[in-house]
Amino acid sequence: MKAFTVVKGIAAPMDLANVDTDMIIPKQFLKSIKRSGFGPNLFDALRYLDEGQPGQDTSNRPLNPEFPLNFARYKGAQVLLARDNFGCGSSREHAPWALEDYGFRCVIAPSFADIFFNNCFKNGLLPIVLDAQIVDRLFQAMYAQEGYELTIDLPAQQIITPAGEKIGFDVGEFSKHCLINGLDDIGLTLKDEADIHTFEKRWQQQAPWLFEALN
Amino acid sequence: MTGKTLYDKLWDAHLVKMRDDGTGLIYIDRHLLHEVTSPQAFEGLRLAGRKPWRISANVATPDHNVPSETVERSAGVAGIVDEVSRIQVQTLDENCDDFGIKEFKINDVNQGIVHVIGPEQGLTLPGMTVVCGDSHTATHGALGALAHGIGTSEVEHVLATQCLIQKKSKNFLVKVDGKLGLGITPKDVVLHVIGIIGTAGGNGSAIEFGGEVFRAMSMEGRMTVCNMAIEAGARVGMVGVDQITLDYVKGRPYAPKGAHWDQAVEYWKTLHSDADAVFDRVVEINAAEIKPQVTWGTSPEMVVAIDALVPTPESFGSVAQRQAAQRALEYMGLAGGQPITSIKLDRVFIGSCTNSRIEDLRAAAAVVKGKKVATTLTQALVVPGSGQVKAQAEAEGLDKIFTEAGLEWRAPSCSMCLAMNADKLLPGEHCASTSNRNFEGRQGFGGRTHLVSPAMAAAAAIAGHFVDVREIDVREIV
Ligand code: SF4
Repeated sequence: MKAFTVVKGIAAPMDLANVDTDMIIPKQFLKSIKRSGFGPNLFDALRYLDEGQPGQDTSNRPLNPEFPLNFARYKGAQVLLARDNFGCGSSREHAPWALEDYGFRCVIAPSFADIFFNNCFKNGLLPIVLDAQIVDRLFQAMYAQEGYELTIDLPAQQIITPAGEKIGFDVGEFSKHCLINGLDDIGLTLKDEADIHTFEKRWQQQAPWLFEALN
Repeated sequence: MTGKTLYDKLWDAHLVKMRDDGTGLIYIDRHLLHEVTSPQAFEGLRLAGRKPWRISANVATPDHNVPSETVERSAGVAGIVDEVSRIQVQTLDENCDDFGIKEFKINDVNQGIVHVIGPEQGLTLPGMTVVCGDSHTATHGALGALAHGIGTSEVEHVLATQCLIQKKSKNFLVKVDGKLGLGITPKDVVLHVIGIIGTAGGNGSAIEFGGEVFRAMSMEGRMTVCNMAIEAGARVGMVGVDQITLDYVKGRPYAPKGAHWDQAVEYWKTLHSDADAVFDRVVEINAAEIKPQVTWGTSPEMVVAIDALVPTPESFGSVAQRQAAQRALEYMGLAGGQPITSIKLDRVFIGSCTNSRIEDLRAAAAVVKGKKVATTLTQALVVPGSGQVKAQAEAEGLDKIFTEAGLEWRAPSCSMCLAMNADKLLPGEHCASTSNRNFEGRQGFGGRTHLVSPAMAAAAAIAGHFVDVREIDVREIV
């Protein structure tokens, strides 16, 4: 996983509430058995005018001229500004994989769906929850200024706007630690191996029916 | 000391330890796997040289990519025409074989949609923590289990450590009291609930469904309701254990037997919220208000009663809601103010982990028996949720009732719920679907989904448009 410390990048809009993970990456791309390569199909049904197929070369497909990510001004964007309940619906981790593969490192929204929110942290993608009014202000400032860049300083838990305004944000301590150090949380959990064994032994005595072999 | 909620009890029972940052390390009893969200997790495990922590906790089955066409199906994995789908199913088989994980393969009589076979086989039980790389894992909460969907990294985490790092959710009680009217089904109840609390209403919460309506509901009905908790934003939906739960579990193939059964029942009887438990939020609904529901938009919260009109954007309070409604109406090709009953249908889909169990199929069969599907319809599909459901339905003659009425009888799979196999809507087509999501493109690129109960879908198949199932004549089927 890519470590996340300070990211400075263009902000792009996804100006719609309840963006679901089917919208972020449609199901036909879920047939892949790989973790990478989903970027070209991020927001596929919105981004292109035709229906995308897995494994297809996307460079010749007709682009939707009205979809913001196709605008030159948002090229190379690393920060996605979004609305309420971003990432609702299916638990597919392909959604954060697609965002990350496209080049996004951070999504800012007033709220996220729970599973998507969790999935982001496992993939070097930082979801930031801000007050709806602040998000709206960022949207307006971004629309007003081409090349609008935000700096996301994770260690300091601050967003810095081009005007120099600093906006603080919350992030779970453990998630922050893992992101900053690019750590795999399985390794960290396995440090508690002894505790897990102790629990398991006690639980097996209490609820032995849960530990029968499956034939 | 105040009492505990069901969620609190299940959380406490599975807490290995609280971590310094306030999250908990939770022990997982049952891990269900399917082909879509597991390949990258197995790959990760291999790359790191790790082994599954407890093999017997895991059960797998392919469901999303599996063809529903009986002919394509008969040749097994090798017969799957779509190459990418075939590789994904093969990969699951290989991973399960390599690691020694129990799998119901494509043509096993116990294969089916993962959320149908778990309870059916007794593989998911009351009091368990159940996870699966699939958001509809909430279904298993109907048994009084703590069940929720996880991402692929978490699938790998559970395989390797038998645990999950979790932040404790808030306690949210949805209480429906009173008596449901004739023809009102669990699907109508849950759609009505989502219409009230919204698709983000349950974010950060575990929803417990309580009150007279759920107490009187069958286990399959409770599964339908819990299945859609995620559509209300809650990862977890659950119902406390009662005699109906115990009667359902008893005798299932993997349910405990003998002394273990007695011991389990003693524990399971404690799995309900205490009378003095405190919830962070309570929503109370009067059952008598609930009518048959139909979604008109592209989010499950965009739902109204069958006798209502498609809402106009102006009828919504906030600017954001008005914009969302406008966009949804355009996508759906509907006009605000038109009666729901005027929506003409192209296809009907009866299936999915929400509504593909035997009671669902019986309800649909009762409606179509002796009638014919409207000639204006392109297709009406019935896809049972598992090999067992299929066998049971055939033993009861339901397949004949369906095919005689002009519906197609298929093999168990997710099918047109998300259209990863060949069953899809074409752009612009309207579908009455018993599934759980009406998102843009969910059932096929440009497809238009209306979520309804099995009885409503069946009635719509006959009429060619939505009709109030309470107004049509329903036959006895047994
Ligand atoms: S039936 Fe639909 S919702 Fe259920 S597991 Fe399959 S794809 Fe997901």
